[in-house]
Amino acid sequence: MPIRFEVNGKQVTVEVEPRLTLADCLRQQLRLTGTHIGCDHGVCGACTVLVDGDAVRACLMLAVQAEGSKVVTVEGLSNDDGLTPLQKSFRKHHALQCGFCTPGFITTAHALLSEEPDCDADRIRDVLSGNICRCTGYISIVEAVLDARAAYKSNGGKP
Amino acid sequence: MKLPQFEYACPTTLHDAVALLAARAGDAKALAGGQSLMPMMAFRIAQPALLVDLRKLPGLREIKVSGDGVRLGAMVRWRDIEDDARLASAHPLLKAAIAHVAHYQIRNRGTVGGSLAHADPAAELPGIALTCEAEIAVMGKGGARTIKATDFFLGALTTALEADEIITELRLPPWPQERAKSRRWGFQEFARRRGDFAMAGVAAFYDLDNSNKAMNTHIGVIGIGDRPHRLPAVEAMLNGRAIDDASIERVAAATSAAVEPQDDIHASAAYRRALVGTLVERALTSAAA
Repeated sequence: MPIRFEVNGKQVTVEVEPRLTLADCLRQQLRLTGTHIGCDHGVCGACTVLVDGDAVRACLMLAVQAEGSKVVTVEGLSNDDGLTPLQKSFRKHHALQCGFCTPGFITTAHALLSEEPDCDADRIRDVLSGNICRCTGYISIVEAVLDARAAYKSNGGKP
Repeated sequence: MKLPQFEYACPTTLHDAVALLAARAGDAKALAGGQSLMPMMAFRIAQPALLVDLRKLPGLREIKVSGDGVRLGAMVRWRDIEDDARLASAHPLLKAAIAHVAHYQIRNRGTVGGSLAHADPAAELPGIALTCEAEIAVMGKGGARTIKATDFFLGALTTALEADEIITELRLPPWPQERAKSRRWGFQEFARRRGDFAMAGVAAFYDLDNSNKAMNTHIGVIGIGDRPHRLPAVEAMLNGRAIDDASIERVAAATSAAVEPQDDIHASAAYRRALVGTLVERALTSAAA
């Protein structure tokens, strides 16, 4: 069935089977392969995208449920000027090794900092508990998100 | 695994949604936030031929707070409960329990109705519904009815919901406001990571009478056995007594003796038995503080 929604600021119309998840729709039909699929059943957080501003697991949402929504993927968070402050902070703090989980951490942290630029380390750990990283051990990821708060604070919730 | 094939419908009225479910008698499932149903389908534990998406149904997203208690629409999300400042006084036990439900991204999609219909034995909301003697309002082809939480949860992932019925609302009885200090409560659960399913959890509340003795004690457990349940023998031990360290210790031991936990990959029965006693102790200690 045909569905229409907005992805990273552009209206798209795609023909999908009802069983297609939003994650597969983004990757296979829209070729937005920055959204990674780790577990495909809602445990790892690698597929996190923003739907109408909220961080959600794209593998636990059908593409047909996104009809009429505004979806932002990790690709939609970068800009033409190179790395965003959050991405720079991940690099500075060595918050990634293999990078597979990173898109999910970036989208989740972006949603958090956009709403709560004053959050503390406990809140960051609580929110990131829904994302699994098998390389870094999380400490550097939490440090990167803590350090990126300043960019969101100084710009009213926008990086 | 990728999801099995199914048909999809997105009705705009409750009447149409019920009719769609009724027409496929047992072979269709209502889809709310999908945070339990989608993994169930990925694992082939559920293989409905038709999903009836409830997202366009009006009137199911409201949290109502009144003298009649707290009413949660079936499509209310965990996030909505978390964000509703009224609930801190209107139902502090609910608010505390919901803080333990799942992780950030799931909290943005998971719903009240979905959790009740899924009926995981370790889920917080069924435990709160049962402990607080809530009612679950449903709509089916025969019309609307309410089901007491005590009659609703029949076993692991099994409820009294008929195949054509959709949950519309959870109705929690009023939490005392005028004598708020006389209502004491605690919620405790233990999971390896906050947000994961609890190995065990305890919801407890009681009211203090004029001589500071407990009455109207309610203690419910989750993650123990195949459904949430209360511990009437343990509740009776507290009614009419002052809640102090000695009575809490006795009740914690009685709880461990009263429950019949299961072994599974997450914890042995012996571990759960000890754990639930500790959780009762912590819940009552925080209630009395």
